[in-house]
Amino acid sequence: MSAAMEDLASYLKENRENLFETAMVTYGELTVTTSIENIVPLITFLRDDVQCRFVNLTDICGVDWPGRARRFDVVYHLLSPYQNQRIRVKVPVGEDEPIASVTGIFPGADWFEREAYDLYGILFTGHPDLRRILTDYGFEGYPMRKDFPLTGFVEVRYDDVAKRVVYEPVELKQEFRSFDFLSPWEGTDYVLPGDEKAE
Amino acid sequence: MTEHNVRNFNINFGPQHPAAHGVLRLVLELDGEIVERVDPHIGLLHRGTEKLIENKTYLQAIPYFDRLDYVAPMNQEHAFALAIERLSGTEVPIRAQLIRVLYCEIGRILSHLLNVTTQAMDVGALTPPLWGFEEREKLMTFYERASGSRMHAAYFRAGGVHQDLPEDLVEDIGKWCDQFIGVVDDLDQLLTGNRIFKQRNVDIGVVTLEECWAWGFSGVMVRGSGAAWDLRRSQPYECYSELDFDIPIGKNGDCYDRYLIRMIEMRESTRIMKQCVERLLGKDRHGPIHATDGKMVPPKRETMKRSMEALIHHFKLYTEGFRVPEGEIYACVEAPKGEFGVYLISDGTNKPYRCKIKAPGFAHLQAMDHVCSGHLLADVSAVLGSLDVVFGEVDR
Repeated sequence: MSAAMEDLASYLKENRENLFETAMVTYGELTVTTSIENIVPLITFLRDDVQCRFVNLTDICGVDWPGRARRFDVVYHLLSPYQNQRIRVKVPVGEDEPIASVTGIFPGADWFEREAYDLYGILFTGHPDLRRILTDYGFEGYPMRKDFPLTGFVEVRYDDVAKRVVYEPVELKQEFRSFDFLSPWEGTDYVLPGDEKAE
Repeated sequence: MTEHNVRNFNINFGPQHPAAHGVLRLVLELDGEIVERVDPHIGLLHRGTEKLIENKTYLQAIPYFDRLDYVAPMNQEHAFALAIERLSGTEVPIRAQLIRVLYCEIGRILSHLLNVTTQAMDVGALTPPLWGFEEREKLMTFYERASGSRMHAAYFRAGGVHQDLPEDLVEDIGKWCDQFIGVVDDLDQLLTGNRIFKQRNVDIGVVTLEECWAWGFSGVMVRGSGAAWDLRRSQPYECYSELDFDIPIGKNGDCYDRYLIRMIEMRESTRIMKQCVERLLGKDRHGPIHATDGKMVPPKRETMKRSMEALIHHFKLYTEGFRVPEGEIYACVEAPKGEFGVYLISDGTNKPYRCKIKAPGFAHLQAMDHVCSGHLLADVSAVLGSLDVVFGEVDR
């Protein structure tokens, strides 16, 4: 599996070196990183080239890395049923940086891009209908971002007096439990309470 | 009525499919009885599974997978377990692989039974669901006898399965397989040649293979359109390559072909189950059912009484949990509904950094507009039934 992936990586390097930055094989999977301006030509090439034929779009998703200058990764997974291979294409995207939609290449990208927009706030230019998809009508914020709290901000209940569902700020009966179970013996980056006195 | 009185109607398509009771809003634009546009509104069952998983340890994340496609729970756990095992390089012993395959095929039958029979109900037949659900109930008893839970099993753990199967359970599954072929025959008699069923399904919802790939379809949807593509054969995982089974494919890509494929797949699954049962009772009767180095699967209670190391492992695994090496992986399985994948990013801690769940139904449902446009209103329910969507996995 890995050898075939290496072959594919070198084939891409020979033919379209200008379209991507790195190509790495890890755990038997090929990951290609590219930039915002090259994403559409690269995906088109991967779909149409006879040696690749990645005609099946498996998945598009966002990943949040809050510490980075370009905060998000948009990750595309493609499948070539003819070559029986998979490829992963990654594009780093900033918070206010729109990325071109691939709905023109794969009609199936529609909902995946809507989902990435809904959950991360990544903007796709040229998308026919960039609405929220999974969250509630009128939802605010981007829930999958790392700085979005797990409990969210609002909760809903049916109000008997008003005879409708009302939104209220979240009120926790019990503090949400987030234990840090990582072992303190293996070195942490925080100071254990009391340790500062040892200096 | 004069011409200018004719106008398009927008309607909300009601809770039709049993897997869609109240969790799908389909806004249809109709011209008379012809569907012009379909706009599925999903997310009514959105529970933030991926966000929750990011905040839980790997072990705590497993039960969330049961709640995705809740008609075939263990198939989902399987993808997650595979992702962890590939990242950490864990070997799964053969007995555990056989148990997994056995229960994955039970899941496939569970899902196909529900789908085939309720599709029949969608187009007007009432008997098939009653017959099919009787068998589903028996299968869920097998789930319960293995894991203690009828549906939300949490049985496939990283490194193997949670508990060994008692011998009489394996024997009972073998006996069930023998009588199940008769039930499939009965369903076949009820539906396959049925005039009404054919009228409602043949040449309805036709998708070509090119469209299938471009829309991101997988599983029965591509096989119905003629692709010999099944991950169990084309990218084998577990011990599928050692087992003997056939992949049915369709020719026309319509609802009827997809129905036929599901019927044949149930027979093939039974065949796989028989082989697993035979090996579990024969050659692989004894043996470990999970990785035994203690770094991922907690030790047995009796060893904990004697071994200090086992006690430490147990304590560490149930407080801190195991750590998965840094890296990213996409692991997928051939779930009953198509390719179910988990894209897992680990940052080396005891919690997943990102766990994207690729659900087959999500891609299938978004093509509703494409498949249904130009069909009659009554065909919408037939197409929806044959796409085989379950909202647990679509909305996540």
